[in-house]
Amino acid sequence: MGREPFEAVVERYGPMVLRVCWAVVGPTLAEDAWSETFLAALRAYPELRPGSSVEAWLVTIARNKAIDQLRAQSRRPAPTERLPESIRWEEPDASLDLWDALRRLPRKQRETVAYHYLAGLPYAEVARLLGGNPAAARRAGADGIASLRIMLAPSAQEERSR
Amino acid sequence: MTGHDVPELDPLAAVAGAEVDLSGLRLRLLAEAERDGLLDVVYRTVDAPVGRLLLAATRRGLVRVAYEVEGHDTVLATLAERISPRLLTAGGQLDAVAGQLDDYFSRARSGIDVDLDLRLASRFRLTVLEHLREIPYGSTASYAAVAALAGSPRAVRAVGTACATNPLPIVVPCHRVVRSDGGIGRYVGGDDAKRTLLRLEGAI
Repeated sequence: MGREPFEAVVERYGPMVLRVCWAVVGPTLAEDAWSETFLAALRAYPELRPGSSVEAWLVTIARNKAIDQLRAQSRRPAPTERLPESIRWEEPDASLDLWDALRRLPRKQRETVAYHYLAGLPYAEVARLLGGNPAAARRAGADGIASLRIMLAPSAQEERSR
Repeated sequence: MTGHDVPELDPLAAVAGAEVDLSGLRLRLLAEAERDGLLDVVYRTVDAPVGRLLLAATRRGLVRVAYEVEGHDTVLATLAERISPRLLTAGGQLDAVAGQLDDYFSRARSGIDVDLDLRLASRFRLTVLEHLREIPYGSTASYAAVAALAGSPRAVRAVGTACATNPLPIVVPCHRVVRSDGGIGRYVGGDDAKRTLLRLEGAI
């Protein structure tokens, strides 16, 4: 069995990778991270072992590209956040609030939330990516979600806008 | 996977539920892949009087034309396996071929004149394909005559196989090969498609 056409990989996993990039690097850099992820994936695709998890492979590449983006950004002045055009937000303001909450999380929690809840990777796979064991990954995910809920609660939002 | 661990009030709902439109990012990927020499195979479909046709090209040229009856997904999977899995929907790379096919079907031109990549045919089959291009628009030749042209007069059955496995039907006109007894013979796109092409060309 060979690998399926790369077009099918873009079709199936493209939206997931964009959500993951958005959650890790934020709205302004998400599309650049996506483009670099899929270009690198296209380059390496013929060497991907048939039968291995395409999802986990893509998330691994996306993580490396996202970290590159974050490093490069830390050397530049912070840009004003701009919404990626490829995501049709129902409520753009809610998306900015969510990003504002996400970027306050410790990076390990933010990444765990992205890889487990948005990419759908099991905690064992998340632990393999981020180091540590699955139980720790599960805790980081739960803590991340709990913090997000607190930060996004209507009362907390009012507090901040005051 | 997701699902059972997701809390009822999903704080990620804004992003998890947002619709994603990749059209702009796909164009960018295509352009960057071309720049980096990573576009091994591109493809698109065109609607024709013989049904929807799949066109695929490598950097060398047009490598495959496929009828719907061949199963476009199956054909793409085979291209991924035999040529390269770096296979993406074309930007404008196949527009010239598509335009020439339109002209062919409206009788504005008699053939498709683009670079061809014949790597999917080998040995005797390749020799046969090269001779098929000598059969002029509007005429037909028998399997036996093509075998003779290819230098192997006894290889009539092999000519049939070469036609049946022609990776570039219409462009390499295997539809012009018919039976010596007057029957039109079989065709990779089905008998109706063969009859349509021969009628279009005024050969029957």
